[in-house]
Parts: sequence; C-alpha cells; structure tokens
Amino acid sequence: MVERETALDLLRTMWRIRCFEERVAKLHHSLQVHGLVHLSIGSEGVAAGVCRQLRDDDAVYSGHRAHGHALAKGAPMNRVMAELMGRSAGLCQGLGGSMHLVDTAHGLMGATGVVGGNLPMAAGDALASRLRGEDRVTVVFFGDGAVQAGHFNETVNLAALWELPLIFVCENNGMAEFTPRSAHTKVARVIDVVAPYDFERQLVEGSDVGAVWTAFGAYLDGARAGKGPFLLECSTHRRSGHYEGDQQSYRDALEDAEWAKLDPIARLEAVAMKRGWIDEQAAQRLTAEADAEVDEAVRFGRDSPPLTAEQAARLVYASPE
Amino acid sequence: MSETTYVKAINATLAQAMRDDERVIVVGEDVAEGGPYLATEGLSEKFGRERVRNTPISESAVCGIAVGAAQAGLRPVVEIMFIDFITLALDQLVNQAAKAHFMSGGQLSVPMVLRTQGGSGGRAGAQHSQSLEAWLTHIPGLKVVMPATAADAAGLLRSAIADPNPVVFVENKSLYFRRETVPDTPEAVPLGRAQIRRRGRDVTIVALSRLVGEALTAAERLADDGIEAEVIDPRTLVPLDLETVADSVRRTGRAVVAHEAVRTGGFGAELAAELQASAFDYLDAPVQRVGAPFMPVPLSPPLEDGYRPQSDEIYAAARHAVHWADIEEPVPVRETGVGGAP
Repeated sequence: MVERETALDLLRTMWRIRCFEERVAKLHHSLQVHGLVHLSIGSEGVAAGVCRQLRDDDAVYSGHRAHGHALAKGAPMNRVMAELMGRSAGLCQGLGGSMHLVDTAHGLMGATGVVGGNLPMAAGDALASRLRGEDRVTVVFFGDGAVQAGHFNETVNLAALWELPLIFVCENNGMAEFTPRSAHTKVARVIDVVAPYDFERQLVEGSDVGAVWTAFGAYLDGARAGKGPFLLECSTHRRSGHYEGDQQSYRDALEDAEWAKLDPIARLEAVAMKRGWIDEQAAQRLTAEADAEVDEAVRFGRDSPPLTAEQAARLVYASPE
Repeated sequence: MSETTYVKAINATLAQAMRDDERVIVVGEDVAEGGPYLATEGLSEKFGRERVRNTPISESAVCGIAVGAAQAGLRPVVEIMFIDFITLALDQLVNQAAKAHFMSGGQLSVPMVLRTQGGSGGRAGAQHSQSLEAWLTHIPGLKVVMPATAADAAGLLRSAIADPNPVVFVENKSLYFRRETVPDTPEAVPLGRAQIRRRGRDVTIVALSRLVGEALTAAERLADDGIEAEVIDPRTLVPLDLETVADSVRRTGRAVVAHEAVRTGGFGAELAAELQASAFDYLDAPVQRVGAPFMPVPLSPPLEDGYRPQSDEIYAAARHAVHWADIEEPVPVRETGVGGAP
C-alpha cells in the first residue's frame, strides 16, 4: 500500500479526473464539448497510479480514452477543457480534441483515435531514448480491444526483440466498444497473449490504486535502468458507454453496491479513512476543490475563441528550424 | 564530376547524412544487409547496427517506430522495400505522421523520410510493380518526392532528411542502375521546385520519375517532325511547383502529362485540372494524359512491356495535342494510353 502523501495525491488526481469527465459528459450533451468523447470513469486508478510516478520528460502515448492520462501526467485542466471545446487556448489549439490530446511540455507525446495506433510510435519513442543513452521511460496506454489489432503483435515483438525501455499498460475493461472480450478472442488475459515473448508482466486490479502504484513502480525502476519491455495489465470497469451518447443496450448497468467495489476512488477513500488520513470533511473538500477547478476550466475554455481558418492552415506543415 | 548511378547517389547521400547528423538513423527490412537494390549497402559497417537497424517484416510497426522516434527528436529514414507494401504502413503514415503537427497545434513534428520504390518492368507481377504516389499526394501533411535522375535523387534526399515534415521519397526501380555523371558534391535540391529539362515552344510535356527520360526521347523524335517540346520534371508532387508548369503551358498552349501510374485517378489528373484552371485561355488543345491502363500490372513480359507507358505514347500524345485543330474526329491515340475513361 502507498504512504499517506501519495494516497492523498492519488485521491486528488482521481477526483480531478472524475469531476472533469462528469462535467465533460454534461457539456457534451449541451453541445459545448464536441465530437466523439470517451470517458474513463472507473479507470482513474490506472491513470493516477501510473502517471503520478512519471517525470515530465517520461513519455506517455495514450489512445482515444485519454483525458485521465493527460490530467494525471500534468496537462493543465483548463487547457484540456479548452481543447475539448475546440478553442485556441486548448492544448492543441482546438485542432485535436478529445481523442488527440498532446502536451509535449508534460511528456504527453500523443493520443490517437485509431485503436492501437499509438503502440508503434511509443516503441519509436523508447528507441530514441535507447539510442541517446537517456534514462527516460516510455509508457503506452491501450485497451484490451487493441490487442487483437495486428500492430499490437508487431510492436510487442519489436519491443521484446530490441529490449526497449517501454512499459505497456493495458486497461482491460473487458469490452471492445460494444462487445465483450470473449466475443473477440479466446485469450482472456492480455498477459497470456504476450507470454511467449517472456518479458515481465502481471495482472492487477485497476481499481486498487495501491496495487497499480506498486506494480508499476517496480517496472518503472526497471525501465529507468534500461530494461524492458514490461506489461502491466489492469482490469477495470468502464462505468460509462464506449462514447458519450452510447445507449449501452448491449449490457446491464451495475448495481450501486457492485460499482462501489469497482470504483477506484471509493476503494482508496475507504482505506484513507480507515487509516485516519482523511475524514468525511476532507474527502468532501477534495471533491469541491476538483469541481472548482473544473468550473474555472470551463470559464477558461468559453473565453477562448477558436482558431481562424488562416491560423489552422499555417499548421498543416512544420516550418524549418 | 564523377560517374554514378541513381542507387549509388542515394547510398552516398544516406552515408553523408549519417556522418553529418547523429540523429539520422536508417530503419527497415534488410537495410543492414544493403537491401535488395543495395541502397543501404555498407551503412551498417560504417555506422553500426544500432543506427542502421534491420527490422522484421512489420511495416506498420516499423513505420510507426519511425514516427515515434521522429517525434522524440531523431531523424529516421525508414525504408519500405516496395511501395506496394506501403498499404501495410498507411495508418502510421496517413493517420499519425501526416497529422501530428496539425492535430497537436504545432507541438509535434515528424522529421522522417519514408524511402520506397515503385514502377513496373521487373517482371514481378502486380504486387511488386505499382505506382501509388497519387494516394499519398491526397494527404495534407505529407510531402511526396519523385526523383528522376541520380543528381536529383541525391539533392532531394538531402532536402527530405533536413525537412521537419514526413516526406515520402518514391524511387523507381528501373532507374537504379543507370549510369549518370553528377557533381562530386551534389547540391541540395529544394522541395517544390520543378526543373525544365528541355526548352521548347510547341508543347509542354510534364513527366514524372522514369517517364522524364521517356519524355526526352519523345522530344527528340518530335524535333525531327519540327515540333519543339518543352519537358518539365516537377520532381516533387507535394509541394508542387505549379507556376513553372503553368508558365510553360501559357507559352506553348499545349500540355501532355505523363506518368507510369494507372491513368485513372493518377497525379496527371491533378495536373490537368490545375492547368485548365490556371492556363485555360492559353490552351489550344485539351490536356493529354499518358499513363498505364486501368489494369493491375501483368506479369507476362510482352503484356508488361505493352502496359508500361513509354516514349511512343508520349510522342503520340504530344502530336495529338499539336495537331488538335486539324483532327476532325478526335479519338484517343491508343485506347489504353491516352484519352477517355475505361
């Protein structure tokens, strides 16, 4: 289990993600946040447990469900919100949106809407560290749906062959879009898919942030020392639909009691209260602070205009150094 | 001046780039062994197998690794052995590399070069002989280069490696081993500058890659007929030096566009459309298109030879344009070479 300060930081991080995404859902319904929006409610523990251990120069490659990873990695919430709103003050000047968050200042090197498309790029990032003799580490997040894509196997093979300082973090929520994993593959656990490559791998409960923290921390030390790759598979529950607006007719909603057992925030809060690290008031304060930050982020986004077409046209090609 | 070949010019340019800049790496199937056309021969001996990296047959991951390495600050030159296999790398090239700078609001850039080669003539069948460059020109964010000579291969590759954007560098297998005299230290050729290979006043022939040589041959025959053809090699399709081409057509009043790719949807269609837009009032004949028929590249040698656009088709198309006003019932010169849709 983690120490008090770490636990409080993880709780704060998870509440920031949760409050942010709950607001994003509302803003999406009122058409203030645009496009295809995929929420990570239920898997905040993975984002927090992984990203809060990383340095700014460590790289994260994320996918279409990237809000949590971005916030936990240090991307300013107001600029993430502005990005989702398509505004020029957004991380990507409103040209990327929810599925394509990038914040190079905090090592968020890319997020892609093509499932699994981030995997090879992350390997390339790790290769760059290796060739330059740097101790920075690359982390790539993906869902279990990406594992059935060809580039997953291509990348795992190369990362193992070249022993890249790359940590694969799979958020296995058991659902590939609308269908359960069992309908897509005979192999239930992702750690079994990569077993023949024989690198270090383990499955943890993603709702147990302490377990994520500990398991990832060990891999991080290894990758920092130049070893790799590693695979951390985190079982998670996807509380929301595949995207906002998904009617989810393909599954039944969980009972509240069941959800409480799978909710990473509820689980860590219970531990923190039991140990006397926080009380009810302190817990409410964490939520209120996160909500206030979201309020401010929404104001920040609304105040920012979108880019002009001329400004956007200047960003199709990079200019020489 | 010294004698070289197209493929040796590429090899020497890669070696020079690796000497000049330690961020340059070469990645691809068999590159450390020189590859099937020896484009990377000797590089692994000079620069080691860390920087000259053999890869498995995993085009998607290999291209993606180049994208990620480029985003992290390296300057990868990735080789896709045949352009036919670029299909397997298109997610990384089209969805990732081409859009990274734009979608990140300018934070990321992807200074990578994807070297590949296309073209028919190798008796290799339809999966090792295509000319797919037009697909790539349709993607904002990519640059597309097609050198026709050894000097340009060297000069354009230098510029491509120095460019902060993803550049697809399309070589032609038929050109690799032709001998050519080039300057000892070839100058960088800027991307986006066409070259007029031959001056003429009667008809403009815009030709790509291997067909530049065919166009020059056709121009000699045309000269015997008293027709002076101007031959222009755009050298890069994106960015395109339309000004040089349009200026020429405004002078000659007639245009032929020629490439080895299938005519339908080929880059010649783009050139023809742009020329009619920018030189409509100067045109004395419709823009003539020379390209391959709408058919996969056949294996049988006589069929492949008939399929490949050569100087004959360019010659005929140029005459057709020049004599347009005298033709009572304009018909395609050759059903599969010039003219109507299939």
